[in-house]
Amino acid sequence: MCLAVPGKIVSISGEDPLMRTGKIDFGGILKEVSLAYVPDVKIGDYVIVHVGFALSRVDEEEANQVFEYLREMQELADLEEPGA
Amino acid sequence: MLFVPIMQPLDFTPACPIPIQQYPRVLLAHGGGGKLMHQLIGKMFVSVFHNPLIETQHDSSVFEAGGARFAFTTDSYVVHPLFFPGGDIGSMAVHGTVNDLAMSGARPLYLSAGFIIEEGLPMETLWKIVSSMQQAAARAGVQIITGDTKVVDKGKGDGLFINTAGIGAVEHSLKILPQSLRPGDAILVNGDLGRHGMAIMAVREGLEFESTIESDSAPVAEPVLELLRAGIEIHCLRDLTRGGLTSALNEISEAANLALRVEEKLIPVREDVRAACEILGLDPYQVACEGRFAAFVAVRDVDRALAILRAQTGGAGACRIGEVTDQRAAKVVLKSAIGVQRILDMPSGEQLPRIC
Amino acid sequence: MDEYRDADAAHKLAREIVRVTTKPWAIMEVCGGQTHAIVKFGIDELLPKQITLIHGPGCPVCVTSIELIDKALEIASRPEVVFCSFGDMLRVPGSTTDLLSVKALGGDVRIVYSPLDAVKLAEQNPGKEVVFFGVGFETTAPATAMAVYQAAKKGIRNFSLLVSHVLVPPAIEAILSSPQCRVQAFLAAGHVCTVMGYEEYFPIAAKYHVPIVVTGFEPLDILQGVLMCVQQLEKNRAEVENQYSRSVRQEGNLPAIHLLREVFQVVPRKWRGIGEIPSSGLGLAGPYAAYDAEQKFGVAGLRVDEPSECLSGLVLQGQIKPHECPAFGTRCTPEHPLGATMVSSEGACAAYYRYRR
Repeated sequence: MCLAVPGKIVSISGEDPLMRTGKIDFGGILKEVSLAYVPDVKIGDYVIVHVGFALSRVDEEEANQVFEYLREMQELADLEEPGA
Repeated sequence: MLFVPIMQPLDFTPACPIPIQQYPRVLLAHGGGGKLMHQLIGKMFVSVFHNPLIETQHDSSVFEAGGARFAFTTDSYVVHPLFFPGGDIGSMAVHGTVNDLAMSGARPLYLSAGFIIEEGLPMETLWKIVSSMQQAAARAGVQIITGDTKVVDKGKGDGLFINTAGIGAVEHSLKILPQSLRPGDAILVNGDLGRHGMAIMAVREGLEFESTIESDSAPVAEPVLELLRAGIEIHCLRDLTRGGLTSALNEISEAANLALRVEEKLIPVREDVRAACEILGLDPYQVACEGRFAAFVAVRDVDRALAILRAQTGGAGACRIGEVTDQRAAKVVLKSAIGVQRILDMPSGEQLPRIC
Repeated sequence: MDEYRDADAAHKLAREIVRVTTKPWAIMEVCGGQTHAIVKFGIDELLPKQITLIHGPGCPVCVTSIELIDKALEIASRPEVVFCSFGDMLRVPGSTTDLLSVKALGGDVRIVYSPLDAVKLAEQNPGKEVVFFGVGFETTAPATAMAVYQAAKKGIRNFSLLVSHVLVPPAIEAILSSPQCRVQAFLAAGHVCTVMGYEEYFPIAAKYHVPIVVTGFEPLDILQGVLMCVQQLEKNRAEVENQYSRSVRQEGNLPAIHLLREVFQVVPRKWRGIGEIPSSGLGLAGPYAAYDAEQKFGVAGLRVDEPSECLSGLVLQGQIKPHECPAFGTRCTPEHPLGATMVSSEGACAAYYRYRR
């Protein structure tokens, strides 16, 4: 489930961890969301946001794994068909 | 499994075309630009008012009088909030009606303006809106020459409703109608989609977000007249208002009985509009525009038509998004970004933000 | 986000799936958001014919029982109530009507983006009773939990919650334990797992010998998730893997889980079209029970039975595809839906109707 969208944290406010909020940039749209569930995030991090709450920090390394996988697949394919 | 059809009891009053048991009351969705609204218009208004002109069901109706052709249209504006980034109900009321006239290839001449004002509306607000209407009218080259004023009880008017009717001169000899569509015609749009609807969403209570999205509300008579002056073979025009691109394409496809094909990769949507749609779970192709239209032109005129559109103010984003097929069907097919085809169905009602 | 929709990459993954598939396999995606993406991008058409994607009960809107919707309608009709809901729920029919119709008749029904907006409304309207319709899986429950937690902390008394949250693992178990179950592998819901982690799936994978791959929502995610399922199936493995590792960690989101455990307790829940599944829902616990709208408005005792005509239950369980239902596209369309799967834009029937007819 379901509609959660990634965005970049551009500002953070609030001291109490449960009341902390951040302004998130979704491709040009800014929205204030709760950061209560992602206490370790900093400005510049990407988070996944659902109904006004950031639920996780997007791990940049892991974000590349699909493309790493595709690259490996391509390399294997190239090895199998050297002329292709 | 045995299929036993269940008979619905026929208990509706014979005079009412829409079975009361289905929709005993008018719903918001009946004004949403989708299937329900078309059902209401078709079964209630068009079938009762019944005449060849209304049955063309185009943005404006073209009639002959004294040897000349005119286009006539009307539209009511109920937008809330009254002021939004890029415009207000007043400028929208002028642009919208001017554009409906433009969709018949008419040169807009005169507008009427009827105001239904809710008791308690600040005079300053009304002044701002009326000034905005005059500015928009001047920009579009029209004059507002007659009107009406009514004030209703507090709580019955959402602040302000405006109706504008417009009359324009049809100085070309083309039949700009869905029925004029030919297989192979190119489908063009004059810019990126969805700005108006999302600009409104950005300030609507409960769904606020900060954005620089401004409504694309603008008059489009000039681009259309330029196309006509250049002799572009225009078969049909349709402005993309409620229900967005999807609604307009489906209406045209149905009226012309020709399937249309468009490509997601070619349809222009700005990144921030797309992001706003993603957050709220809305489909950008169903979001309203107020200064955008689709043009169905003969394929040999595409390059010239695009050059003309792009030379207009704000027209840099004009592009070709698809074509009219030779299939006799009321169907709009979209080739998705990953290359698979799917149907772009007529929206059924008001698009609602979703979480799921 | 666009990178995850790249056509070339999608076709590459699809070709790899074709390459490794030697037998027919049936894979269920649990989440409505994944169903939506599959149908919208036409992902199932890229897959080899031997792979069947079964659409599971992953739409919390679709599985909200008629009984609960009727309770919502009853509460929303009261003049002192401001009834707040996500947009998805407004058109879902109860026994006779829906929230949108209640709004048409003058009920104060409002769409909100977040449960916190409802709490704000309560603060701003002390003379009104603000009720929030808490629908959703474990992804949305933390947001609702925070709303109630904050309302309690601020001493806001004119706010209450109509709870409809449901849990995914019990639903998966219910499907797997059904004798007609054809599902051989699962794409687990990536955002549910972002909150809950995926430890709960290890015993399920082991007990029923099914691969479970935690999957995201973009075309590349779904294709890679399917590929990982097929690779396991072809090798007769039954493990839990994480495709959506950029968002999901095995232990989940600890602060969110912590607040869920404080505000909610696990309760039995009726799933529309499936029936009651024990320990499959969330209900307000301890001091937070004072925020339960069912108690506050005295509708807890309302009992409504599911009608038999709508086959959404079979669709939700993956037994039939939407177009196999005799009412599909004829007596049941988005304009006059018989059940929630046609109303909700996430519902399998609606998705099929809009993209496939």
